[in-house]
Amino acid sequence: MRKMIEGSQAVAEAVGLCRPGVISAYPITPQTHIVEELSQMVADGEIEAEYVRVESEHSAASVCLGAVAAGSRAYSATTSQGLMLMAEVLFNIAGMRLPMVITGVNRALSAPLSIWNDQQDTLAVRDSGWLQLYAENNQEVLDMHIQAYKITEDDRVLLPVMVCMDGFVLTHTYETVDVPTQEEVDAFLPPYDPLYKLDPSDPYTMGAFAGPELYQEIRFEIQRDALASKDVVKEAARDFQAAFGRWMGDVVDAYRCEGADTVYVAMGSVIGTLKDWVDIRREKGDKIGVLKVRCFRPFPLDELRESLANAKRVVVLEKAVSVGAYGILPGEVRAALCGQPNQPSVHAAVTGLGGRDITFDTFDEMEERSQAGEMDFFAGLRQELLEAS
Amino acid sequence: MIEIRIHGRGGQGSVTAAELLAVAAFDDGREAQAFPAFGVERRGAPVQAFCRISDKAIRLRSQIYSPDYVIVQDPTLLETVDVLAGIKSEGTVLINSERSAAELGLDTSAKVVTCPATQIALEELRRPIMNTAIMGAFAGISGAISFDAIERSIRHRFREELGDMNVSAAKRAYDLVREQTQ
Repeated sequence: MRKMIEGSQAVAEAVGLCRPGVISAYPITPQTHIVEELSQMVADGEIEAEYVRVESEHSAASVCLGAVAAGSRAYSATTSQGLMLMAEVLFNIAGMRLPMVITGVNRALSAPLSIWNDQQDTLAVRDSGWLQLYAENNQEVLDMHIQAYKITEDDRVLLPVMVCMDGFVLTHTYETVDVPTQEEVDAFLPPYDPLYKLDPSDPYTMGAFAGPELYQEIRFEIQRDALASKDVVKEAARDFQAAFGRWMGDVVDAYRCEGADTVYVAMGSVIGTLKDWVDIRREKGDKIGVLKVRCFRPFPLDELRESLANAKRVVVLEKAVSVGAYGILPGEVRAALCGQPNQPSVHAAVTGLGGRDITFDTFDEMEERSQAGEMDFFAGLRQELLEAS
Repeated sequence: MIEIRIHGRGGQGSVTAAELLAVAAFDDGREAQAFPAFGVERRGAPVQAFCRISDKAIRLRSQIYSPDYVIVQDPTLLETVDVLAGIKSEGTVLINSERSAAELGLDTSAKVVTCPATQIALEELRRPIMNTAIMGAFAGISGAISFDAIERSIRHRFREELGDMNVSAAKRAYDLVREQTQ
C-alpha cells in the first residue's frame, strides 16, 4: 500500500515485516524515530519481537550478537558516535559469521559535534566484514532492509549487512513509500533457519581463540565469501524485482550514462538531486551521467570498470574524508580504473560534510573545477570563513 | 512543482505543519516531500521546514532557496531571519499576524497575506499552537491543496475532540484568507 510516511517509519515497517526475534538499540539522533517506532510496535503487540533496552550501543550490538548466535533473527540501528562505540562488536559479529541487519543512519562524527548528515561514520567501519548497502530514497531504504535479511542469511554469505541511509535527509523526510503486505514479505523471506546455533544439546564454540596456525585461514574465508556475496546481492535484487516489481539497481545503477563523457559517482540520497541536475545539463547538451554505488561492500569492481569504460572524466562525490590521504570511495574508484584501457581521469570531490546542503550550485562547482583539472578538492566551502581564520 | 518554506520556532509545530501538508497533498493524489532543518534542537530557536508538491515523483533533496510560498509562523522572526530570501516575485508570503499586510510593509514584490492564526488557535484550541490554522490559511491562499485533504490530514494526526478543534481552527483561517484574497 502506498503511504506518505517518514523514512524512519518506513524502516520500522520494513523491519517489522521481516519478523525479527530480538531488537536491541540505544536511541541517538537521527536514528531515534526508527527505534521509538519499533519499541511502540513491540509494546502494542504488532510484532512478536523481544525489545531489549540497553545502556549503550556496545551492549545493543552484543545483545544482537548473542541473539543471532542462539538462532534468532536480530536487528539494531545506530548512527555516528553510537556506531563508533559498536565498532568492536561489529568486527566480532562479522568474524563469527553471524547474519544480522543494522540500519547505519549516516551522521557526521565529533568533533566538532554535529547531529547532521554525512557518511564518515559507516565508511569508518568499512573494513569490519559487514556488507554495506547505501539507499537513494525511502522506497529503496524499505526494500533494501527486506533484501538485506535475504542476503545475510544466505548460507553462501553469513556475513552481517548494514543498510546505510542518510540521517535527516532520509530518516526525517516524508515521502511516498509502497509498503508490502506481510504475506508478500513472508513469501520472499522465509523464517531464519540457522546453519549453526548455540544449543546445549549440540554444543558449539563461537568466536574462539585462533592461534597463528588458524587465524589467517579464517580471515581468508571471510574475504573470499564477502567477495562472492556480490552474486547474492544481485540475486536478491532480481528476486525482489520478480516478487515486488521494483528495481533500483543491484550493486551499481546507471542513470543517463549512455554516451556520457563525464560520469558522477556517488552513494546515498544525493543521487536524486544529482539526477535532476544531470537532466538540466543534458538539456544544455552536456554529456553527463550518474552512477549510483548501491553496494559498497562487497566492492563492485567489475561493474565499476564496465560502467565507466567509456567515460573520459569521472567525478566521485564523497560525504567523508580519509583524513591525511585521499577520499575513500574516490580512492577505490581510482584503483579500480588504474591501468584500464582509455583510463579516465578520476576527480575526488568532498562535500556535504556535517549537513552542508548539496545543491545544483555544488555540482556546477565540481563540474567547473574537475574540467579545469583539479583532482582532489572540497566543494561548497565557505571561503569567507577560511579567509577570516 | 510547488515549493513551500515554513519559518517558525522550535515547539511551534513547523515540522508537523510541513508533514501534514505533504500528507494532505498525497491524499489529493499528488506526490509530496516534507523535511526539516533544525538549527539547534531546542524550544524557541528558529527552525525551517520544507514541503514540495508535484505531479511527478520528487528526487530533488536540496533545501528550498526559491520558494513559491513562504509561511511565517512567528511574526517576531521578521526582525531576525531573512524569511523573504529567494522568494519568487510571483510568490506568496503567508504570515501569522494580527496586523494587515499593509501595516507590516514588507519590502517584496511577492504577494503578502496575513492571518491571525495564534488568535484563532487560542479561541479554538485554547492554546497558542497555530500550525493547523496556518495550514487552513495555506489551502485558502494557494488552492494547491483542497480543504478536504487538509481536514483528513489533521484528523489523521489528531483524534476525536482534538481533531475537531484543530479542524475548526483550520476552517476559520481558510475562510478568513479567502475573504481577504477574493
